[in-house]
Amino acid sequence: MGKTLAEKVWDAHVVRSAPGEPDLLYIDLHLVHEVTSPQAFDGLRTAGRPVRRPDLTLATEDHNVPTIDIDKPIADPVSRAQVEALRRNAAEFGVPIHSLGSAEQGIVHVVGPQLGLTQPGMTIVCGDSHTSTHGAFGALAFGIGTSEVEHVLATQTLPLKPFRTMAITVDGQLPPGVTAKDLILTVIARIGTGGGQGYVLEYRGEAIRALSMEARMTICNMSIEAGARAGMIAPDETTFAYIEGRPKAPSGQDWADAVAYWRTLVTDDDAVFDAEVVIDASELTPFVTWGTNPGQGVPLAGRVPAPEDFTDPVDQEAARKALAYMGLTPGTPMREVAVDTVFLGSCTNGRIEDLRAAADILRGRRVADGVRMLVVPGSVRVRLAAMAEGLDRVFVEAGAQWREAGCSMCLGMNPDTLAPQERSASTSNRNFEGRQGPGGRTHLVSPQVAAATAVRGRLSSPADLDAA
Amino acid sequence: MEPFTVHTGTAVPLRASNVDTDQIIPAKYLKRISRHGYEDALFAAWRTDPAFVLNDPARAGATVLVAGPDFGTGSSREHAVWALQDYGFRVVISSRFADIFRGNSGKGGLLTALVEQDVVEALWAATEADPTLPVTVDLTARTVAFGATTASFEIDDYVRWRLLEGLDDIGITLQSAGLIAAFESRRPAFAPRTA
Repeated sequence: MGKTLAEKVWDAHVVRSAPGEPDLLYIDLHLVHEVTSPQAFDGLRTAGRPVRRPDLTLATEDHNVPTIDIDKPIADPVSRAQVEALRRNAAEFGVPIHSLGSAEQGIVHVVGPQLGLTQPGMTIVCGDSHTSTHGAFGALAFGIGTSEVEHVLATQTLPLKPFRTMAITVDGQLPPGVTAKDLILTVIARIGTGGGQGYVLEYRGEAIRALSMEARMTICNMSIEAGARAGMIAPDETTFAYIEGRPKAPSGQDWADAVAYWRTLVTDDDAVFDAEVVIDASELTPFVTWGTNPGQGVPLAGRVPAPEDFTDPVDQEAARKALAYMGLTPGTPMREVAVDTVFLGSCTNGRIEDLRAAADILRGRRVADGVRMLVVPGSVRVRLAAMAEGLDRVFVEAGAQWREAGCSMCLGMNPDTLAPQERSASTSNRNFEGRQGPGGRTHLVSPQVAAATAVRGRLSSPADLDAA
Repeated sequence: MEPFTVHTGTAVPLRASNVDTDQIIPAKYLKRISRHGYEDALFAAWRTDPAFVLNDPARAGATVLVAGPDFGTGSSREHAVWALQDYGFRVVISSRFADIFRGNSGKGGLLTALVEQDVVEALWAATEADPTLPVTVDLTARTVAFGATTASFEIDDYVRWRLLEGLDDIGITLQSAGLIAAFESRRPAFAPRTA
């Protein structure tokens, strides 16, 4: 019997296998950030252990960093202490680091791919659940906890039980105006926040093959919101073209050898997935969330549901709590939900194509009165690329705020937060209670919906602007 | 790590599904660089509500958390495990756990007992009727016992063995240092390096 893509990558990294025990898996790349690493480095120090492979480890500062005044010391002393701890640990253990102010700084999941470090067939981990992003390249990439961070630092391996595999087959073509974000939000609403638990998802089918690398990253990024450890997309010409020429990409004979290997990284025709979900791309429409987990979503053309719309009593209770927290009335058309803030950025949608898509909508238009819009590039490189294209001027002329790179308002760990009861349309990945600031109310949307929403002040698609 | 064999304590009924790690410990508490001292951070937003179950004096000293399905979803923050442990919990019982949270729990010595949802419901009802009701979690027998009820729970064999023995993962792995070095010598030349 043939193997799935995930099984091929797994099997190529097994250091040790024994009956009744987890496989010991080699890790090709370990990304590190300031939040989930200090206790891991402390553990090494206590045990007198070195970092086994600093040359397969890369640190960057993203979760805590401010997105204005980055030339000044970080104002919050606790955030500053955490960033400084990372710098000290990187220096002490010889780990390369891209600090605030460096041209390579940015969100860890934006930095890896843009440097060309993220390549097909690799195993990639980071103390961050959105490590699933890197699966867009056909890598097996997943988030880990701090104990595992310490384990990888010390041994460059992880003991793991094999994941099950699930195919998410997306047939047909996405209609115009429907994005990767709409697709993944639809998948999560379909299978639920626990639907992917224990699985590696492999996204496949015509609609997936047609996506750019950045759109594929958006999809794989949110695999964790369906409960999956990882999401993967088999590498193809789109993948190779994206990697070629990047600073850490192979070159010369190495490039030829690498591509020859990468071409083998497809699920065999006779491989069997443990589960399969089939989605018809042509039926998809812009999709937004109404509740407090990423599975609580509806088409933008839909309405806020009522608890009674759900059959499972657990779902009914969850809906009741979510509606109360979100301050929404069942039956309200989603297009009538007014927002205070629009956030464009994050490891989900903070790349250059996301900024271009939003700028195309904002060009010649204004952000609605009373709405603030933050545009936060995912990395310094993305920021510089956007400025070279004049996108920063488009955003500023529309009345949006053009910021420095970082995680920003995705997670309420830095100065960019929502106030209590403040409502956002956000291109990030989580609409949990308080995620963007205590009491804040988050609607997850695509960059296109974010931009149109900023203009109308209510959840909107670009088509709504043309109609007006 | 302290070995875990049998634990008896009182329970806290957390009647909620999809309790994500942002609820277990909000992001602002993740800025600390220590491994301990997160008891104040546990469910910090929900604890501002006087009616929240942890604020009920009858639940003081409880060590077994009983939650709805999909407990621990979202962020990979291991601080969620530390906060639960620092507060005093030794066991979380649920009908479905998020993968990363469950893995982190095993590393840190917090037992996650996976039971059928009807066991969760029965436990909720029993402990709400009597907050002093002792709940016994036996890792050797893989059972949860309360009142006249004994239910079995699921846990991965290897995680169970590690918890019973109180073993450190890194120490176990370093016994395979030779195999790791041999694997490294076989890695392809095109594999990227960060430095």
